[in-house]
Amino acid sequence: MSKTVFKRPKSLKENIFHYCPGCGHSIVHRLVAEVIDEMDIRGITIGVPPAGCAVLAYNYFDVDMIEAPHGRGPAMATAIKRTLPDRVVFSYQGDGDLAAIGIAESIHAANRGENITVIFINNACYGMTGGQMAPTTMLKQRTTTSPAGRHETLDGYPINVSEIFSQLKGSTYIERCIVNSPAGVNKTKKAIKKAFQCQVDGLGFSMVEILSLCPTNWKMTTIDSCKWMDEVMSKEFPPGVFKDTIATAKKTAEAT
Amino acid sequence: MNKVLMSGNNIIAEAAIRAGCRFYAGYPITPQNELTEYMAEHMRRADAGVFIQSESEIAAINMIAGASAAGVRVMTSSSSPGISLKQEGISSMAACELPGIIVNIMRGGPGLGNILPAQGDYFQATRGGGHGDYRTIVYGPGTCQELADLTMDAFDLADKYRTPVMILADGMMGQMMEPVIFKKPKPRQYSEKFMLRGAGTGKSKFIRGLLLDPIDSEEHNWKLARKYDVITKNETLHEEHNIEDAQLVIVAYGTAARIAKGAIKRLRDQGMKVGLFRPITLWPFPELKLRALSAKIKNFLVFEMSTGQMLDDVRLALQGYANIEFHGRPGGAVPTPAELANVIARLCDKND
Repeated sequence: MSKTVFKRPKSLKENIFHYCPGCGHSIVHRLVAEVIDEMDIRGITIGVPPAGCAVLAYNYFDVDMIEAPHGRGPAMATAIKRTLPDRVVFSYQGDGDLAAIGIAESIHAANRGENITVIFINNACYGMTGGQMAPTTMLKQRTTTSPAGRHETLDGYPINVSEIFSQLKGSTYIERCIVNSPAGVNKTKKAIKKAFQCQVDGLGFSMVEILSLCPTNWKMTTIDSCKWMDEVMSKEFPPGVFKDTIATAKKTAEAT
Repeated sequence: MNKVLMSGNNIIAEAAIRAGCRFYAGYPITPQNELTEYMAEHMRRADAGVFIQSESEIAAINMIAGASAAGVRVMTSSSSPGISLKQEGISSMAACELPGIIVNIMRGGPGLGNILPAQGDYFQATRGGGHGDYRTIVYGPGTCQELADLTMDAFDLADKYRTPVMILADGMMGQMMEPVIFKKPKPRQYSEKFMLRGAGTGKSKFIRGLLLDPIDSEEHNWKLARKYDVITKNETLHEEHNIEDAQLVIVAYGTAARIAKGAIKRLRDQGMKVGLFRPITLWPFPELKLRALSAKIKNFLVFEMSTGQMLDDVRLALQGYANIEFHGRPGGAVPTPAELANVIARLCDKND
């Protein structure tokens, strides 16, 4: 008698990912879909994909979705959640989307403590447009718009989004994960589940920052990309839980 | 229904709530702040009403796009510089066929300009404003009563055509008080199939503005164009005032049209036969109605609180069948009826 141990999550459509070989989006899409399945929230979930590589996320997620203009996902998600408080609303954003053009929308959604979940993909570059410098690009990292390597006097420093967002009184749960190893992938899934659960329990703003690989634009093999993430990227962006006030938020919620 | 005395900004807000608007997002900017403040106070009293003071105009327009997709009636408001910021979202709402109301209480421009009444945003409002092949229905109300009526109608039209509708007024209209009667709103007619509320046990839906395949994108653009053709054919509104015996007709909208009525009274007292053609929809422009007038009237004067923007639409409508003069004051300077009457009197002398 055979037992199914691995199958496509129900919340993923049967479409072939357009993502490049080695790209982290496919992994994270699957993790989010698995979490939606396990929590049995497919019918009440509304996703807001960004402009960027994940702009076609509605081709993959089998949940209601509305595409946001570049950076505006948290504004849209805020409005959808306020209009339909019993739905589960998440935005899916890249580093340009969240940390550059949409940092105002993102930081204010967090600061208002909107009861939404943000899945934040940090791959240290603009993927879809061809690998330009992102706010999260490493110092000395060469991109098409930092051809001599990112230099702090010209380009500023990589932005530590999770650290910043964890300082806001409005945020409830902020964790940074990394998907360059099976252990990291498992940890990421746990964090995504915790973030969605935080929302389902009505406890406020949750965000999972996911260090993700972009071998195509980094001009590295997938294996080298995974190494680079350990040796360089995670030094600037250390994985970990930056904020978790779920327990206190629960107590406050129960008291009121 | 009793008459109430209210300011223009408050009238728009009250009419919107009565029309069933249940989501408002906005950012403070003069001279429309009373609208945002009224919404802050009254939306929380409305059943399931949501008010958000957004972090920016850009956030506000994208918030109303989200709430519109979720299925409620939505509004945002601002004044000229803020409306420039909203153009990204207006283009996006037109592309995604999301209904919503955008109020522009115009002020002097360009740039930060000033906070005085002006009509310099006509091009921006009627030509689409943002990028891409789209149009926005634009109402140019001329009285406080029209602010009330057209705000309610705007919601019906936005739903009917699934497109953003703009109410284009100015600081004068926003600030002045007049007695108004709020009419009874029509019940909303908007299909749930256009709403994004979670798939339940059914098929999931998506709303998007990105169409990578040029054939899909072309077809979507033609679909929108066909919709705009229907709107152009069916939805124009205008007022004719003292037209019957007129030898010269002023073409003006909004506050400029009110000033024109004052000028016409003065001129008629002096025996000059002057009338007014007042477009109420600025897009679609009542082109054919204006052209029809040129069969018997040969002199038109376009009067705007700008350097001449609606002037282009009047030229396109009249197609050379009549003489067109222009008088305007841009940048927040508001002409008086006497000033306009003098301009027209000199013109009539010249024509004689």
